[in-house]
Amino acid sequence: MPDDADSSAAPAGPDDLAPRPLTAFERLVAQLGRVFAGRIPEADLDERDPDYIRDLLPTLWLISSLWFRGEVRGLEHIPAEGPVLLVGNHSGGNLTPDTGVFTVAFSSYFGVERRFHQLAHNLVLSAPGLGFLRRMGTVAASHENARRALEGGAAVLVYPGGDYEVHRPSWETDRIDFDRRTGFLRLALSLGVPLVPVVSVGGQETSVFLSRGEGLSRALGLDRFLRLKVLPVSISIPWVINVGDVLPRVPLPAKITIEVLEPLDLEAQFGPDPDLDVVYDHVVGLMQATLDRLQAERRLPLLG
Amino acid sequence: MRIRESIDVGAPAAAVWDVITDPVQLLYVLHNSTLWEPVDEPGGGIGARYRTRMRVGSAEVGGLVEIVEWDPGRDLAWTSVTGVDQRGRWRLRERVPGRTHVELRFAGGVAGAGLGGWLAEQVAARFIGDNTRRSVVLLKQYVELTERRRAAEARRARAS
Repeated sequence: MPDDADSSAAPAGPDDLAPRPLTAFERLVAQLGRVFAGRIPEADLDERDPDYIRDLLPTLWLISSLWFRGEVRGLEHIPAEGPVLLVGNHSGGNLTPDTGVFTVAFSSYFGVERRFHQLAHNLVLSAPGLGFLRRMGTVAASHENARRALEGGAAVLVYPGGDYEVHRPSWETDRIDFDRRTGFLRLALSLGVPLVPVVSVGGQETSVFLSRGEGLSRALGLDRFLRLKVLPVSISIPWVINVGDVLPRVPLPAKITIEVLEPLDLEAQFGPDPDLDVVYDHVVGLMQATLDRLQAERRLPLLG
Repeated sequence: MRIRESIDVGAPAAAVWDVITDPVQLLYVLHNSTLWEPVDEPGGGIGARYRTRMRVGSAEVGGLVEIVEWDPGRDLAWTSVTGVDQRGRWRLRERVPGRTHVELRFAGGVAGAGLGGWLAEQVAARFIGDNTRRSVVLLKQYVELTERRRAAEARRARAS
């Protein structure tokens, strides 16, 4: 689950001033958090393997083309070379089908040789069976990793909304919600790289998302020890009621449409030290207008 | 995969040749192609290189191709230099004056390994076959319309 570049800070303690002893359950969750933390691989940008991606691409293309009937527009807006920060809205729960569709389109368009990294939640990279993502270029979401990748000339895909946005309820499908996270803006401004918004629609129709489960996550201490601010509840195949969205599931075959907008030069447009809230509203406003248009094009759920 | 589509065009081979060697007009007729752009000087000939892209399913695929055969009014063939492995050929034969048999051939492969790669190649062949079929139909419509316009302009010029 790709995440915002600035959301990788160590789990902050609760804002209670007088710490209380942990309950047995909280100790268990904390232990689990340490186990996962130990599994999080050191970010090694060299783990990306173009030959591996070339081998895997046809299979991903099949899923993208036949199951999700993916359509990606405007790839020509992405600068043909050099570092670029791609900023997307995120949908579809932990399966993140929009990331797959976009990765296939990007790597086909620019070739697998062009360095392309996606930032992902730590839990994704430490989960068993998902090690192949690292060879695809996925690295843990952190400012440091994003900065290193961009300084190395790579295209970097971030989803500022992260787990907060990807598990939004189905009735908020047509909303872009980055939870006012601005790390991606600071990153683009500090490195002077172009920011290219990437807007997708359809991913949130691959399940029926009922709730982010933020209260549930807080109550269980997952936000403190696993960096999980949500514990989503959805209806999905074959589990019917799916809590946490960590078990394998079959996504509904919703058509996914993605549109790449023109690059933004934030420094040229807003100056070297702008009010980030103003820039945030501008970028999210552009993306929301595009999402509204893409949503209006859809005539039927799933079919698009 | 090997794909071959042909059609009879009611126009001289030279008129068809003009279209398939002009990167701008060629994009009008190549169905789902989004790029056919000369790398250096436009003008064609053996060794000329073009950046190409075609929409196949959910992706735009292509790469750099080089002209390896350039026989005006008869054959134009290319092969890939980078990107998707491909060979292509326009084959024109004016069997009766003013009527040209046009064949578009495409051969290529999918780089992926295993069952996924094999399956992808079968599915991609359906997409590319459809693009090829529509392209020769579009070429026929475009060339014949252009020829009718030219003939009408010539008639008007003679009348005035």
